[in-house]
Amino acid sequence: MAAPYLPTPNPNPEIKYTQLFINNEFVNSESGKTFPTINPATGEKICDVQEAEKADVDKAVAAARAAFKLGTPWRNLDASQRGRLLYKLADLMERDKDYLANLETLDNGKPLFESYYVDVLEPIKIVRYFAGWCDKITGKTIPVDGPYFTYTRHEPVGVCGQIIPWNFPINMVVWKLGPALACGNTCVLKPAEQTPLTALYLAALVKEAGFPPGVVNVLPGYGPSCGAHIVEHLDVDKVAFTGSTEVGKIIQAAAGGSNLKRVSLELGGKSPNIIFADADMDHAVEQAHQALFFNMGQCCCAGSRTFVEESVYDEFVKRSVERAKKRTVGSPFDPKNEQGPQIDDEQFQKILGLIESGKTQGAKLNCGGARHGDKGFFIEPTVFSDVGDDMTIAKEEIFGPVMSIFKFKNIEEVIERANNTTYGLAAAVFTKDINKALTIANSVKAGTVWVNCYNAITPQTPFGGFKQSGNGRELGEYALEEYCEVKTVTVKLPGKM
Amino acid sequence: MSDLPEPVRNPEIKYTQIFINNEWHNSVSGKTFPTINPATEEKIADVQEGDKADVDKAVAAARAAFKLGSPWRTMDASQRGRLMHKLADLVERDSVYLASLEVLDNGKPFVDAYEGDLGEIVNVLRYYAGWSDKVCGKTIPVDGPMFSYTRHEPVGVCGQIIPWNYPLPMMAWKIGPALACGNTVILKPAEQTPLTALHVAALVVEAGFPPGVMNVVPGYGPTAGAAIAEHMDVDKVAFTGSTEVGRIIQQAAGKSNLKRVSLELGGKSPLIVFADSDLDDAVETAHGALFGNMGQCCCAGSRTFVEETIYDEFVKRSVARANSHTVGQGFDLKVDHGPQVDKEQFDKILALIEKGKEEGAQLGCGGSRHGDKGYFVQPTVFYDVQDHMKIATDEIFGPVQSIIKFKSIEEAIDRANNTTYGLAAGVFTKDIDKALTIANSVQAGSVWVNCYDPGTLQAPFGGFKMSGHGRELGEYALHEYTEVKTVTIKLPQKC
Repeated sequence: MAAPYLPTPNPNPEIKYTQLFINNEFVNSESGKTFPTINPATGEKICDVQEAEKADVDKAVAAARAAFKLGTPWRNLDASQRGRLLYKLADLMERDKDYLANLETLDNGKPLFESYYVDVLEPIKIVRYFAGWCDKITGKTIPVDGPYFTYTRHEPVGVCGQIIPWNFPINMVVWKLGPALACGNTCVLKPAEQTPLTALYLAALVKEAGFPPGVVNVLPGYGPSCGAHIVEHLDVDKVAFTGSTEVGKIIQAAAGGSNLKRVSLELGGKSPNIIFADADMDHAVEQAHQALFFNMGQCCCAGSRTFVEESVYDEFVKRSVERAKKRTVGSPFDPKNEQGPQIDDEQFQKILGLIESGKTQGAKLNCGGARHGDKGFFIEPTVFSDVGDDMTIAKEEIFGPVMSIFKFKNIEEVIERANNTTYGLAAAVFTKDINKALTIANSVKAGTVWVNCYNAITPQTPFGGFKQSGNGRELGEYALEEYCEVKTVTVKLPGKM
Repeated sequence: MSDLPEPVRNPEIKYTQIFINNEWHNSVSGKTFPTINPATEEKIADVQEGDKADVDKAVAAARAAFKLGSPWRTMDASQRGRLMHKLADLVERDSVYLASLEVLDNGKPFVDAYEGDLGEIVNVLRYYAGWSDKVCGKTIPVDGPMFSYTRHEPVGVCGQIIPWNYPLPMMAWKIGPALACGNTVILKPAEQTPLTALHVAALVVEAGFPPGVMNVVPGYGPTAGAAIAEHMDVDKVAFTGSTEVGRIIQQAAGKSNLKRVSLELGGKSPLIVFADSDLDDAVETAHGALFGNMGQCCCAGSRTFVEETIYDEFVKRSVARANSHTVGQGFDLKVDHGPQVDKEQFDKILALIEKGKEEGAQLGCGGSRHGDKGYFVQPTVFYDVQDHMKIATDEIFGPVQSIIKFKSIEEAIDRANNTTYGLAAGVFTKDIDKALTIANSVQAGSVWVNCYDPGTLQAPFGGFKMSGHGRELGEYALHEYTEVKTVTIKLPQKC
């Protein structure tokens, strides 16, 4: 059987776009300021990128507002024609897939294999998925009391601010633009300062695909000086944010403090992965390993609390440690490596600090626990066992390659402990028993529950958080609700009919 | 308006065989049938004639392709969508050739074939490609400690029998939702117009559909069509054509295996013009509503009701408009009115015209054959038509407009509904109350206000009463191609 395709590694892809993208043009920032984007595998600067601040946000919002006016090319397009533009964008991403994968690995540090399959091919499917929705977004006619003809229209919300993180940069662009554009909105998107490059390249493809000017605008910059202005802007109708719960709360407060813009949030998690004794052990060990270590642990829905039933606990820990020790760490352009660097120094320090807390609070360190190598933000795959629910590593989101394994006795206990968190993003259960599977699925307070699998996220499935893991859903049909404003129209009829 | 490309005036006829399992077959019987160019009455080509034995082969192939575990059944729904999208791209690639082939086989003017028919098949295929991975069931809060959900499964092997008036759009209206929902298909194109369907079958292979998913069996209704409708291993039949044949098909389904039936049949659709409408707009739209496609449209606005006070002016303008056509063969780009599709239709239309004269309708223009070769009928306008006349009750399916006078809205509604048909209706008025009253009161599957048949593929289309059952286009079409399964799992407790 042939090995799966991998693009030719190119650690030096040409950087074509480093400016702000407003009204289908690449422009410098009003202030002239720039910021560096860093290669996390080496710690070295890749290039400087124009830095957007308030004046640039104002320009971009004005452009998006103008593009949204009734009577503009964007508003006059048939819905099906919006879909044609999205299909064209997907085709262009497919044309440039090898380049995009290499650019993502350079800026984010994830292994090239994952940049390609997870961060390029999957987003292409997501764009095509939302392209298909455009002319299928329907309202209803409703049998109301009285002599009235009543119908709803699902109108676009308007100008949407979208602030995205650095962990899956291309995916995050399309999770946001997909439903927003499908519903007919215009967008001002701020990529993370750690990973602006692929978002800017996608902006160029948006223009090439034929979207009218002002429909998509991309502003690289920082949260407090750029993101904050999007969130506080009185002429932005909606903000969507993916990132930390801490910043999510700031955003919701800012929306309330400004113009009551609609808010959707996809935040952090501390997701429980529950392994029963009757699970297929090999499958569960591998899935639990990937559930935590995938993307260097930098996954909002990482299975970061691995609960294992008492009778199989020791064996599970042993096999998990073996697996973690085999995890290859190094340059993400080298196909033999499963794990690249963490995204930046701030994350790197935070993770190492949390590892130290695990050690001092008495969790058992089985492997890893330190930096890997002496250049770049690499951390050894780390496995703690005998973790107590009150330890910091059990409660705080680590966002790094640090697995925590907990022991449990019975299903009622594990459900309670799984739910004992302010987070509620995802959960998983490994068991062959139908009753256990459905009880866990129905009882755990999490936006996604996986049974005998983990991270099975597809364009069609809604994804989002309970509790402080967020509000609203992305992907699937449900994403469309976040980007529509429902208008009810009631027409008096001459008589009841 | 984009520039019209040059048609291929002598298109090569590449495919004349029966298409089963991604391969080309001769008929089991060895028989062939001719397909005729209606502009010249000459044979274009001989086509393999499918009959029961060929239908049996096609059904077996479609059944095998539908088995659980087959490539088609194990494909991601989104991947079905990719294949359909690819098919649409290939049809678009070959659209000048296909439009030219359609002019030859169907007779319609090239501009209509290229911009109308080809534009529509591509758009409809793309629309349904997008539905593939959005066909959802529900989870349901039932009583008791149960987890209940529905699956919208494909129905199975679908027989699809289509007419000759819009061969390629009719193919897309059928295969679009069927394939999106994961079914397999046996399509019987009309014997008058088999050629373009067979070319699309070749594109199905090129697009990458697994064998057996699409099969095309050209042939006649009483033989191949009946074999499909009566087959014990066809799960569903969809038919577009005359009400007369629709009734035969529904009976055949009941007598065989209770296969699901959807029918899109004839019409005698009223178009109601009020005095306050924009007269020029109403005249022009009413004209197109009848004369489009040489009157060969199931939803043609074939009873034009005009309010008394504007009646005479409306008739005068309609006659002038009908007289302004250029009648001729479809490759002549100046032509906007081609032949009727075959001798049978041609004879029937001329007979109904004679009946109109006989029964006392006033002839405004036309009323005879055009020329002496080819099935051309002059654009014809009758006025002072009474409800009881045959031209007012029977579907003519030809370029014969009947203009009828009315006084009040209540009367118009009653007379509009006084028919066993119920496919479509139109109303022209600026008055919001009149518009909504007509829209809500007329028994028709589609009601158009200040427009007629605007071609909105995202909206459902189908008949009330004897104009058919079920809906095509839009999301509603998916219902005809899914079988709902409810799954209920006992839970250890209510949760």
